[in-house]
Amino acid sequence: MARFGETVGRVATLPLVLIARAFDPVLRLWQRGTGTGGMVAFFLLPNMAIFGVFVIIPLVLNFVYSLTGGTNILLGDRSFIGFGQYGRLLECGNYLQPLTCREDQFWTAVRNTSLFVLFQVSLMVCVSMITALILNRNIAGRGFFRAVFFFPVLLSPVVVGLIWRWILQRQGLMNLIVTNLGFDPVVWLNDRFFAFAAAIGVSTWAHMGFYTLILLAGLQAIPKDLYEAAEMDATPPARVFWRITLPLLGPNLAVVLVLALIRGVQIFDEAYVLTGGGPGTSTLFLTQYIYEVGFASFLRNPGLAAAASILMGLVLVVLTLIQLGLSRRAERGNTR
Amino acid sequence: MKTILLSGVALAVLASGAIAQNVTEVRIMWYSDGNEGEVIADLLDRFEQNNPDIDIVLDNVAYQVIMEQLPIQLAAGEGPDIARVTNLKAQAEHWIDLRPHVADPAYWDENFGGRFDWIRKDGSDAIPGYMTQLTLTGGFANATLFEQAGVELPGPGATWDEWIEASRQVMEDQGLPAAFAIDRSGHRVAGPSISYGANFIADDGMPAPIDDGAMAYLSRLAEWTEQGLMLPEVWVSAAGTTYRAAADDFINAQIPFYYSGSWQVSNLSSKIGDAFDWVMIGSPCGDAGCSGMAGGAALVGIKYTQHPEEVARVMDFLASEDILREFSERTLFLPAHAGVVAKGGLEFQSDDPLVPPALNAFVAASAETMPAADAMPAWVWANTYYGAIVTRISQVMAGELTMEQARELIDSDVADQVEAAGQ
Amino acid sequence: MSAIKNFIFRRRGRDGGWHWTDIVTWVWLIGGTILMFGPALWLVSSSFKGPAQLAEFPPTLLPYVQEVATVEGHDAPLPLFEATMEDGTTRILAEIRRIGTSAQMVDPADPGERISVRLTDRTPLREVGLAVDNYVDPFLSFDFMRYLGNSVFVTMAATFLTLLTNSMAAYALSKYRFRGRDAVMLLIIGTLMVPLSVILVPLYSVVSAVGLLNSLWGVILPTIATPTGVFLLRQYMLTIPDELIEAARMDHASEWQIYWRIILPLAAPALAVLAIFSVVWRWNDFLWPLIVLSRRELYTLQIGLNTYAGELNVQWHYILAMTVVTMIPVVLVFIFLQRFITTGIAGAGIK
Repeated sequence: MARFGETVGRVATLPLVLIARAFDPVLRLWQRGTGTGGMVAFFLLPNMAIFGVFVIIPLVLNFVYSLTGGTNILLGDRSFIGFGQYGRLLECGNYLQPLTCREDQFWTAVRNTSLFVLFQVSLMVCVSMITALILNRNIAGRGFFRAVFFFPVLLSPVVVGLIWRWILQRQGLMNLIVTNLGFDPVVWLNDRFFAFAAAIGVSTWAHMGFYTLILLAGLQAIPKDLYEAAEMDATPPARVFWRITLPLLGPNLAVVLVLALIRGVQIFDEAYVLTGGGPGTSTLFLTQYIYEVGFASFLRNPGLAAAASILMGLVLVVLTLIQLGLSRRAERGNTR
Repeated sequence: MKTILLSGVALAVLASGAIAQNVTEVRIMWYSDGNEGEVIADLLDRFEQNNPDIDIVLDNVAYQVIMEQLPIQLAAGEGPDIARVTNLKAQAEHWIDLRPHVADPAYWDENFGGRFDWIRKDGSDAIPGYMTQLTLTGGFANATLFEQAGVELPGPGATWDEWIEASRQVMEDQGLPAAFAIDRSGHRVAGPSISYGANFIADDGMPAPIDDGAMAYLSRLAEWTEQGLMLPEVWVSAAGTTYRAAADDFINAQIPFYYSGSWQVSNLSSKIGDAFDWVMIGSPCGDAGCSGMAGGAALVGIKYTQHPEEVARVMDFLASEDILREFSERTLFLPAHAGVVAKGGLEFQSDDPLVPPALNAFVAASAETMPAADAMPAWVWANTYYGAIVTRISQVMAGELTMEQARELIDSDVADQVEAAGQ
Repeated sequence: MSAIKNFIFRRRGRDGGWHWTDIVTWVWLIGGTILMFGPALWLVSSSFKGPAQLAEFPPTLLPYVQEVATVEGHDAPLPLFEATMEDGTTRILAEIRRIGTSAQMVDPADPGERISVRLTDRTPLREVGLAVDNYVDPFLSFDFMRYLGNSVFVTMAATFLTLLTNSMAAYALSKYRFRGRDAVMLLIIGTLMVPLSVILVPLYSVVSAVGLLNSLWGVILPTIATPTGVFLLRQYMLTIPDELIEAARMDHASEWQIYWRIILPLAAPALAVLAIFSVVWRWNDFLWPLIVLSRRELYTLQIGLNTYAGELNVQWHYILAMTVVTMIPVVLVFIFLQRFITTGIAGAGIK
């Protein structure tokens, strides 16, 4: 198996190596001219240039957008209005009751996204943890089952949304099961509770395989002798889990938590295809709000959408800082 | 021998190069409701054969692309040379004026002039393109389901309430999931609202506050949804202004009564086939009238084209009377060409015996549209209003808002958008 | 034999008994397998059903097609039904046409006689079969090979460039000390948090300004500087011992040679993981190509398929079939590379 992996790696790197070899003489000269520092710049240049043009500049432009008004999409046709869009978004009687806000849909989306992240991340961590623990056991067909849970990770979000919408529709598989069990069929995606649960469940279904693998890697790095010692002492399994497994899993758990958190806040494609934000606005999430207000809707306002995305970005930056803090602490804990 | 061969090759290369230089590419972005994509491709082939210097490329796209991606392209000064669009008035600034380029502007004014205001800015005399078809919203009934349930089809002049009541009986008798559905679209509910006396346009041409007439119809929709009469999947299960059609549910005989429009005829005919009998029933009545809503798709030239002359030639061809007549006959679309309409005698090409009465019913129903409805297509704020209605009424149906809250929010949404557009 | 048995039924429980964790394990694994593969299998099964069957409730697990018979005097084959006659007997009849709530039917063995049957008194005769038209029609009506070619080009080019630029940047960020290194790393990780749908409009203006609209490069270039790729490769390269690099420098290798002769081969497992992810991501890309590409000859497969979502209705039978088609490469990747990916992420990915 390891050899197979090496083959894949070699195939993937072969074209790179060939190209690199062709550049060899030129870059030797370059290094002679500019020194090692010049080489560092050279290594960074292609990635950072593309990064700058296609990520940083649009981000800056996005901020400029948020300071302009009008319904035109082209920046040149827009007028500068300062922080008016932010004011409009933040104007609110009571932030917990979206209807008292000027942009009630934005605050509905904020509320939905927060709830979604809360439940989805908890579910994700629990399910991935259980699966990782089970896959870490000495069972038959471990490789197979490890792959099983990874399968949905490879599907495109649009396909994921379509598959589940197809299953949950009125004449779908879910209602076949439900009626066979003797219950009445339900229009699942029309029910506030089920639609929200479906958004959580489906996104967990689609991504849990990835997080399971991260946790599994952590579990496998835990020295076996710790468990053996625990077994000698006849420590109950629950205690082993809380006292040995969980603390040693810290860094991986932090990665899982934060990645899941970031992706949760960004939830869009699969939920959009699955529920379209309905019923009503009960699964309207932030990114969908931004996308629709930005250009998909008859009530288009690109400046407002840009302002909303900047606010969302700020929240995510806070989450990143928490991530950095968490993983720093975890690393320190690890080396100690 | 070798030299001759070589020079022959060189000549051929030169010649093909020369031809390639003279050929102008004209791109048309097109979406299809039914079979019109095939029909237009066929007509354009004919044009290309007679005009070897123009190479037409037809980009068939999803309707969503026309609604969401094309506007971004237009805003950036990009886009195809010609596009088939339905958001006619609000994007009028991006359409070209073909008046200096078409062969005979008088022909255009005479045959399409009546509806140019739908596709150009107020006060302009531009010829931006032509309407590929006129549409009229209206209802369809599944006659077979009504017959099986032993319920009479309500006759002409029946009200919305009578139609829903009859459909309810069919639903209960036949064990259907719902009695009725209407597309999730502000354009679709506007006509019936006007039948209840709604007027969306204030005297100064700006949006009027939503009135009791509109509320009368929209509250009915909300009530019907709550009572389980209106299929909830269409309106409730989406947020925002997303368009959703209920045609599939009608085609699959899940609902006995469906309110949509004339552009569905070809689609219904081909998909339903022999499965059941369906009829077009015009628009049911409200207190004030029995109005549908006219509309349509237009083929317009895009201002940013590099080849206005060639665009005009393509448009001249497609808008010519014979071609337009053939297009309408083959696509089962109602023509928007004054000459074709005046001459009449369109031979719609369909073997389906249900199609001619349906199209005739639409023609008859077009006499019923009320002035308030006729004003909408040329009104620049129509889509804003439609968007606000769809967004808020869906929330009422989902139980998130009361009708009174929705009323306030529709007004404030529209006001916000008017303000934003003025910034 | 008993060794195998022991292996398969290895349990925690002593003396061959079932500990509760064994039961949980197997319930979880078998349930998980059904839950993970079931939906996709259901999609495949549904994609072979005709439009009428898709609308049915309850749905059948397997696709069925209506049986037909060729009847004398009729050009097209007629659909067969099992009809209950007035005397209570059942006969197999072919439908000529439907009129209102009854149908004109004929016995294939006796084409002369016409029988009128009420719709409620008959059920269609069906056999397990595949509605292959769902697949064939779209293939015939659109330029499948061209879309496939574009998709393959975009996927390959983007993956190659991703590997090249990301590995160069990761090398610089992992093996050199320079001012601003942490800032660059932070910037890269920070953009993990920018979903595409949020910067769509400004990104479009940028791509438009550099003249990449309606070009496959407009799809490729914005995707290649992936923060995930840089991050993953850098973490892996950190584990490569610096002594190797020092030794190479002693041998007068240039920095560039160190990169491609030493670092690249050693980072092969991580590069392979990134390559696989990149292939899957770029193949699945939808929203961005949809906006950049508006010319038919440039469509990728995903965009070409989207044309089937017309204004009027979602043509489920085509959409399901085409979804299955776009899943094929992903499933192939899964079947052939899954072991490598799963061990690769665990080993190379996040440390």
